[in-house]
Amino acid sequence: MTVRLEATTLVSGSSQAETLVLSEPLSFWGGLDSATGRIIDQWHPEKNEVMSGRILVMRAGRGSSSGSSVLAEALRRGTGPAGIVLLARDAIVTVGAMVAAELYGKTCPVVLASEADWAAITGAGYLAIEAGEDTATIDLDAG
Amino acid sequence: MRVQLSTFDRSLLSGEQGEAAAFAMRLLVRFAEAVGAARFVDIEAAHIDGCLYLGEVSLDFVEHLLRLGGRVRVPTTLNVGSVDLIHPELFHGSDEVGRGGARLMKAHEELGCVPTFTCAPYQTIFRPRFGAQIAWAESNAIVFANSVLGARTNRYGDFIDLCCALTGRAPYYGLHVGENRRARTLVEVESLPEEWAEAGLACVAVGHAIGRRCGDRVPAITGLPPSTSEDDLKALGAVAASAGAVALFHAVGLTPEAPTVDAAFQGRAPEEVIRLAATDLRETVHKLSTVPDGTPLTAVSLGTPHFSLAEFERLMPLIDGARPMIDVYVNTHRAVLEELQRRGWDERLSAAGITLVIDTCTYVTAVMRDLSGTVMTNSGKWAYYAPGNIGVDVAFGSLADCVASARAGKVVRL
Repeated sequence: MTVRLEATTLVSGSSQAETLVLSEPLSFWGGLDSATGRIIDQWHPEKNEVMSGRILVMRAGRGSSSGSSVLAEALRRGTGPAGIVLLARDAIVTVGAMVAAELYGKTCPVVLASEADWAAITGAGYLAIEAGEDTATIDLDAG
Repeated sequence: MRVQLSTFDRSLLSGEQGEAAAFAMRLLVRFAEAVGAARFVDIEAAHIDGCLYLGEVSLDFVEHLLRLGGRVRVPTTLNVGSVDLIHPELFHGSDEVGRGGARLMKAHEELGCVPTFTCAPYQTIFRPRFGAQIAWAESNAIVFANSVLGARTNRYGDFIDLCCALTGRAPYYGLHVGENRRARTLVEVESLPEEWAEAGLACVAVGHAIGRRCGDRVPAITGLPPSTSEDDLKALGAVAASAGAVALFHAVGLTPEAPTVDAAFQGRAPEEVIRLAATDLRETVHKLSTVPDGTPLTAVSLGTPHFSLAEFERLMPLIDGARPMIDVYVNTHRAVLEELQRRGWDERLSAAGITLVIDTCTYVTAVMRDLSGTVMTNSGKWAYYAPGNIGVDVAFGSLADCVASARAGKVVRL
């Protein structure tokens, strides 16, 4: 059975993929190698995980404002995430995904989930995001 | 929610102010909606982080704006680039980054930006006044402008900083709004390690703790040493913004919006109180090093954020004596270099075996000759990022520790 959750669109687009759930926020700059999609922040619990083609699930963004460029560059190179689910609005993540869409037509939907849904989202393993102009849905397979 | 647009905003969007401004305003409107801003506000200045080459996207974005005839509308400073244009021989990275990086820096100048190439624009003549609405990028510059100067900016990132500069407008939300500048968390420094002679170490430790524990909530700090200088607050903010998303802190009695605890909290109560004792601060500083004392060093790097003239004044007496056994780099900016040259200090530094790096910084680009071992720094921010960015082990210590260690060729503590 599929469970459909409501979310808010930060950057529109649609995507379905396995998740990469981060237990702490990540700064893309200093934290993501845009050539490989690998997490290189040595202090991060998910160090060495690869986000390419996966839906990145993290509560919030963190750290350097250069993160927008690193995310946009990863998306340009095809090593970036397939989509991003956040719990807190994050301008740096939003802009990175927006610019990749504007310059290269590479879409990476970014959506804002609600606290009440967070446990289900982080436990899902596979998500489908449909992010329209304002509202978005996140489908998860509840078995 | 839809963002309210002024007549001028509409003329920007319609292309009356040029195609580049229209493109920038379109991105700004979507950004404003993403962050939930209700309207835009005029800005007095912008600081651009996007002149550091982070791949083709950096150049593609600016070249696109240039093709559209873009020009900044407010005084706009530039953060560090990927190459030292004054000492190009220091760069030994890839051709792509060398050529692309230099072109990116030049392209920003063609948009009308001032070639400051520094992460410490607040220590140049472009220092914003108290209360100024600005659009700044680069995490340490943002936290310094908000906290130490009392100017008002959000944590703007690459691309959007330039969109604000091209339009003279910023989304009015977050820290542009007075009530959002209220402290939420009280950080009480209860005791300081007796052996720390200077305020620098305490400020890095407090900054790191705030970054880890406050996220993006505004902290108010009490109990910092009376000797805390502007450069110590600069270091505190830089590491707090690296380890967390801190864009504003209040240091009670030291920063302009916090003459008292009550003023910092705008009369409300703290939501959380964090107490830091000497043992916590010692442990935090200890953890910033990835190697034990006595480890051989390949280099020392100072000045992240860029070294100020006041910091050079502290360094100069320390360089008399034996030459360092290893490379010593100091990152700083053009205005400081000019003053060093005027005083003849650049030659003294060079004679003492110290390499000045201008326009850029050792942990964002390939300047350091030897990255095979451990590098020592007095910057909490450098210590935080360098292991991931350039793959070195790091030892953290005070400025005096760094100079002594450079002479010994290994990590020593005074």
